[in-house]
Amino acid sequence: MWDRNQMAARAAKEIKNGMYVNLGIGIPTLVSNFISNDINITLQSENGMLGMGPFPTKENVDPDLINAGKQTITELGKTSYFSSADSFAMIRGGHIDMAILGAMEVSEKGDLANWMIPGKLVKGMGGAMDLVSGVKRVIVIMDHTNKKGESKFLKECSLPLTGKNVVNSVITNLGMFEIAEKGVKVLEIAEGSTIDDIKKSTEAHIIN
Amino acid sequence: MKKVFHSAEQAIDGLIFDGMKIAAGGFGLCGIPEESIAALKMSGIKNLIIASNNAGVDDFGIGLLLQSKQVKKMISSYVGENSEFMRQYLSGELELEFNPQGTLAERMRAGGAGIPGFYTKTGVGTVIAKGKEHKDFNGQTYILEESFVADLSIVKAWKGDEEGNLIYRKTARNFNPVAATCGKKCIAEVEELVPIGSIDPDHIHTPGIFVNRIFVGKHEKRIENMTLSE
Repeated sequence: MWDRNQMAARAAKEIKNGMYVNLGIGIPTLVSNFISNDINITLQSENGMLGMGPFPTKENVDPDLINAGKQTITELGKTSYFSSADSFAMIRGGHIDMAILGAMEVSEKGDLANWMIPGKLVKGMGGAMDLVSGVKRVIVIMDHTNKKGESKFLKECSLPLTGKNVVNSVITNLGMFEIAEKGVKVLEIAEGSTIDDIKKSTEAHIIN
Repeated sequence: MKKVFHSAEQAIDGLIFDGMKIAAGGFGLCGIPEESIAALKMSGIKNLIIASNNAGVDDFGIGLLLQSKQVKKMISSYVGENSEFMRQYLSGELELEFNPQGTLAERMRAGGAGIPGFYTKTGVGTVIAKGKEHKDFNGQTYILEESFVADLSIVKAWKGDEEGNLIYRKTARNFNPVAATCGKKCIAEVEELVPIGSIDPDHIHTPGIFVNRIFVGKHEKRIENMTLSE
């Protein structure tokens, strides 16, 4: 079984030299800790920044410089700033290579639910709907099951969707998966897990 | 006409009325028009319809207007940091229209550019698409979103001049440039009012034509989520 850091590390391996990448809030934020120093990539933050640097030291905190999770952040030599309209022109216009985000549910068709639990959780979708419909490749990182042990990898999502048929790959504590034509393909099994563990914890149709 | 005013209170005078539509710049608490929001609260106007990416926190930003129940409806993409908002919404006191963040930005941009609507892929197959026109282009389905025009825009910039030319700083730019364009009137609050000619014309982010009134504010710039390197 992979822990949070191992899931983030696995996702980081998908990021290739020269890519423009948007990382979501939560575990996806951890992905930046595992990106190899041998490659040159650029992180986009949808509040209007390209070339996001690491978190600041106490002396370098700037209230005018935050990421989409409202965390204080720093700039790099290559950084640029722009308006929200330009930011989403990058996202909706297909200029961002990869988005990595969290999920409440994913379906075998690549439907994603990650923004709302009716009657309970009213937070909003933020930029997630734009990201999943505009970015070239969408990777989800999530726990394979919820706290009750029920699969989050489903035939159909039960929660309101963020996007339909938008997810390309899924990384969970049990392994890495691809949304293929006829169902879910297991690409990699986490150390200590087996294909049987995966099948038991997955409602979605597994094709291998 | 002279654009420079001496306070937020003076700047909003004559431009506000009950039930008006307001577009506000800012992302979280970053780059929000703090003083204009405070002045709107003091004015006591009611039934506001506010388009703003977020709704502030309980005691700061647009949260101040929610506290005093001056808001009828919010148009936002994310309101997760505000428990009073959640309470008013779940009890039915407050209307809420969720817009995907890029759709909200584009609605303001289009509104300011005289474009009544636009097609986007964002939200297709979700509740956002319900009741909206669907149209296919090159084999892909898009939905029609209508632009947003406000009675008043309130924005925050770093520097401005007497012509209303504005420069924003770092990620405090966010929604401010698009909000500035979509208001029938726009009030800009700046940290510093600089002499005409001192901003390089090539560096101006919002040309003064979009700004009707400008004043110098004192900004708290509260940090919502202080995160430090280890």
